[in-house]
Amino acid sequence: MNLEYVGLKEISGPLVVLEGVKDPSFEEMVEITIGNEKLLGRIIEINGDICVVQVFEGTSGISLANTRTKLLGKPLKIPLSKEIFGRVLDGVGRPLDGFGEIYPEKYRDVNGQPINPVEREYPRNYIQTGISTIDCLTTLIRGQKLPVFSGNGLPHNQLAVQIVKQAKIADESNDNFAIVFAAMGVKHDVADYFRNSFRSSGVLDRVVMFLNLANDPVVERIVTPRCALTAAEYLAFEKEMHVLVILTDMSSYAEALREISSSKGEIPSRKGYPGYLYSDLASIYERAGMIKGRKGSITQIPILTMPNDDITHPIPDLTGYITEGQIVLDRGLASRGVYPPISVLPSLSRLMKDGIGEGYTREDHPGLANQLFAAYARVQDVRALASVIGEDELSDLDKKYMGFGRAFESQFISQEFGEERDIMETLDLGWLLLSLLPREELDRLSPELVDKYYTDPEESESRFRRWM
Amino acid sequence: MGVTSQGTIYGINGPVVRVRGNHPFQMMEMVLVGNERLIGEVIRVLEDETIVQVYENTTGLKPGEPVISTGRPLTVKLGPGIIGNIFDGIERPLTSIAEKTGPFIGRGTVMENLDAEKLWDVKVLVRSGYELKPGTVIAEVRETPSVVHRVMVPPGIGGVVDEVVKDGSYPITQAIVRIRNGKVIHDLAMVQEWPVRTPRPYKRRLSMNEPLITGQRVIDSLFPIAKGGTAAIPGGFGTGKTLTQHQLAKWSNADIIVYVGCGERGNEITQVLEDFPNLIDPRNNRPLMERTVIIANTSNMPVAAREASIYTGITLAEYYRDMGYHVAVMADSTSRWAEALREISGRLEEMPAEEGFPAYLPSRLSEFYERAGMVETLNDSTGSISIIGAVSPQGGDFSEPVTQNTKRFIRCFWALDKSLAYTRHYPAINWMDSYSEYTEELKDWYIQNAAPDFMEKRERISRILQEESKLLEIVKLIGSDILPNEQKLVLESARVIRQGFLQQNAYHEQDTYVPIIKQYHMMKSVLNLHDRAAKLVAKGIPVSVIKRTGVFEEVIKAKYTTSSDDMEAFETLDSGIDSILAGIEEGYRGTERRRHA
Ligand SMILES: Nc1ncnc2c1ncn2[C@@H]1O[C@H](COP(=O)(O)OP(=O)(O)OP(=O)(O)O)[C@@H](O)[C@H]1O
Ligand SMILES: Nc1ncnc2c1ncn2[C@@H]1O[C@H](COP(=O)(O)OP(=O)(O)OP(=O)(O)O)[C@@H](O)[C@H]1O
Ligand SMILES: [Mg+2]
Repeated sequence: MNLEYVGLKEISGPLVVLEGVKDPSFEEMVEITIGNEKLLGRIIEINGDICVVQVFEGTSGISLANTRTKLLGKPLKIPLSKEIFGRVLDGVGRPLDGFGEIYPEKYRDVNGQPINPVEREYPRNYIQTGISTIDCLTTLIRGQKLPVFSGNGLPHNQLAVQIVKQAKIADESNDNFAIVFAAMGVKHDVADYFRNSFRSSGVLDRVVMFLNLANDPVVERIVTPRCALTAAEYLAFEKEMHVLVILTDMSSYAEALREISSSKGEIPSRKGYPGYLYSDLASIYERAGMIKGRKGSITQIPILTMPNDDITHPIPDLTGYITEGQIVLDRGLASRGVYPPISVLPSLSRLMKDGIGEGYTREDHPGLANQLFAAYARVQDVRALASVIGEDELSDLDKKYMGFGRAFESQFISQEFGEERDIMETLDLGWLLLSLLPREELDRLSPELVDKYYTDPEESESRFRRWM
Repeated sequence: MGVTSQGTIYGINGPVVRVRGNHPFQMMEMVLVGNERLIGEVIRVLEDETIVQVYENTTGLKPGEPVISTGRPLTVKLGPGIIGNIFDGIERPLTSIAEKTGPFIGRGTVMENLDAEKLWDVKVLVRSGYELKPGTVIAEVRETPSVVHRVMVPPGIGGVVDEVVKDGSYPITQAIVRIRNGKVIHDLAMVQEWPVRTPRPYKRRLSMNEPLITGQRVIDSLFPIAKGGTAAIPGGFGTGKTLTQHQLAKWSNADIIVYVGCGERGNEITQVLEDFPNLIDPRNNRPLMERTVIIANTSNMPVAAREASIYTGITLAEYYRDMGYHVAVMADSTSRWAEALREISGRLEEMPAEEGFPAYLPSRLSEFYERAGMVETLNDSTGSISIIGAVSPQGGDFSEPVTQNTKRFIRCFWALDKSLAYTRHYPAINWMDSYSEYTEELKDWYIQNAAPDFMEKRERISRILQEESKLLEIVKLIGSDILPNEQKLVLESARVIRQGFLQQNAYHEQDTYVPIIKQYHMMKSVLNLHDRAAKLVAKGIPVSVIKRTGVFEEVIKAKYTTSSDDMEAFETLDSGIDSILAGIEEGYRGTERRRHA
């Protein structure tokens, strides 16, 4: 094991090829020394005594002759203990904050292992975020993986911070939570923004940060979310904490994967991404959830920027196929000054149905959400028509929908960055808005609920007139 | 095992392992890889090298570790203990894996596929001297309260019964019948084996003329699937493929459900495991889990086993079909299976066809869907396999290779539509893009078992929807206000059809399953309303006047207000509507008369 191999056979992008290796094992870590610099790598392919190694720090400065390489005899493991709280680590889990090494309670393999489906606990408890659109229409559930699909320049970071600040679990005290933050290829100021926000909301001592910033080695990004989730699994399933994991930006992660894949000369599928992008992303996202008989949970909020705002691009597309819904941000809303600019119709929370309604939030919640979706969908049709024939030519009913649409966007979707709305407040607001429409239009709600919650249309109108 | 029965690992690239050594491996043979004995399968044999795909994570494997030949292809064990169980892609019970490795799935856990210790009450049906052919039922075991397991002579074996055990409790491996064929003796136990990639034999194919009733209106009434038929559910993420599959697994009138979770979410499997034991099969009042078997290879489990999971599922289905059962296979999602093929193919550096998929994708898909069908089994009973495959098109675009190739081999296409899903019109099955090629074959069944005019009603419903779609093109440009009243009525009736009939809430106790007879009455009420209203419109009464009475809403709500076993409620509904409309007509005649006077 202590054999050192001098020199390399080949260097290609982030990969190097070693020859004459004795007893390598698949996915084993290696340490490459150049002068007094040490680089970390991982064996990703073996053919006899030839090994292809992916170098986390990248290969610049490496020549065929100037290296000495040592096999470390194990896959990548990170040290873990409760002391990781408050720490800032790099993309492969090494301390960045100058506070020294982490004294490990144990080491865990960053690749993790798949949770056995028979051992999963189906997530049911909702998390109140204080954001109306999320709480009412795409409810976040503890143990869910709910990504934010954003675009460059949209306020996804604010939204994530607001969620972290305001998140409340319905029935439990809040002192058992932890936040694991993983940055992949994001700018320094974004990482700082998160750190400052964590500090100002007084949670910094419950946060672990894994940072691979924009100028950090690209290949390292491949393991950053895995390190973060390994820490999260430790906290959730061994220390029984409720862990919220924020992964940003998954697009940079996928691009790193593409880069390695193309260096390996693999056959690409769509847009040059490797054919296994789906499986690879799944091996990250599926690490969210709950386990029977363990108290903790892992809730994931991955953030990704859709290239060209295109939701059909492989990164959002494959993410949507794995996660349990998505929160989609919209440039149109943002440019009209709506914060958070959540595009309601394509957003979805698949787990909300089991965590809302009677006994969870309020009996009218499912029907109300459904009706708001349907009404707002109708608004889109009416707007399309209005853009052709002019708003004045619309029928009276259609005009009512136009008014509802504007009030909904400016009063329901839109809220202040610091504004925290209780779920009851959100639901009542939803009813006030629906009451702008004639009663007969509420076809997704049972008559009993309409009787109980539908308010005086004139009152609603006078309340929202300014916004319609 | 001797040195000759093994090779050694030479190369490792993800799930693909290259093996050297002088052992002649066979194509598709099952092998045990490395010191941990990971299960693998030979997928290519070259002169000096054999290529193996490994069904478990290969981290830590080393060149030089042994690869042991088993001399047989990848097989599954078939016998009592399958139903109600949950297996991984190569038929390892996930509960046993959990007992061994805890909540996370470990490796190299070679184990019994079926519980070999459990005793089953066996009723032997043959006596010595009986002449047995392949497929003959030799014994019966009550596998679950819902399913009688018929123990059969394995295909390819036959002879005269020499000896049988007494009725009693035995483990699955115990020989219960001994048969003799010349000098050859076979001891038949309850369990048999079958290679997953080989279809099990049957006598002949039968025509399909009975629908698989699902209780989902848009499917049963508009785009029905036959028992023994094939259907695809394509749709972008979040459009409702899984939910539709779950609905069918819950409510369809198959005898046995094989649910293959192929490369999808862990929580969805957990949900089935939580729901099904508590849901009651309306046909026999037993928990649905008692007729269900789950194959779960979630997206984060090894990719090669995902590829195998589809075959494991269909082989289990064929086994129950051979007993004379109607089996429905749900495969969610076939796209993930196709991607597993692509991944392995890519690692073998095969020349890709479209979008990196291997050139053999279409033939693999066709082989899979060909294993569906209604057949006469070797023991002369009738059994069927219906396959319902979810397709997850990249970018939600149906022109991609998996959707397109699947379309060639299925006959029922339930196209899920993102824009319907966005407006929360569920199930988001687009009525313009979907089709069923079974309607002709099933016509007689509907006429005899639902209503003589079922097919006419169905036709008229689709016609109104088609007219609506044409009219909406115009409405998009000019609005609906200036349409003539007859056309406004079409829009209104179409709305009733969409909201009252096509939309079906899976989470509503009443609406989640609707018997065919109620579907018929719902269509009838809509059409009755449409015809009655059309008469008024012809007399010059505006649609808005009719609308104001709330009759359209009344019919939309019928799905919630009428119970599934009270068809008289529809007569009350219809006559109520008739009298409201007659009232309008009366009032209108009054004004007419006054005007004339
Ligand atoms: N018939 C229905 N009734 C009520 N809700 C439905 C219905 N069909 C779909 N939905 C809603 O749509 C959501 C997404 O459905 P589902 O999970 O089946 O999508 P999918 O097509 O399988 O997506 P993916 O490809 O990502 O797995 C469900 O969580 C549910 O909220
Ligand atoms: N004249 C028709 N009347 C009614 N239905 C038709 C008619 N022509 C085609 N169809 C429908 O279209 C389906 C597909 O037709 P068919 O299988 O002949 O296509 P094809 O071009 O031969 O396909 P392929 O050769 O690729 O298998 C038929 O099963 C039927 O449902
Ligand atoms: Mg699904």
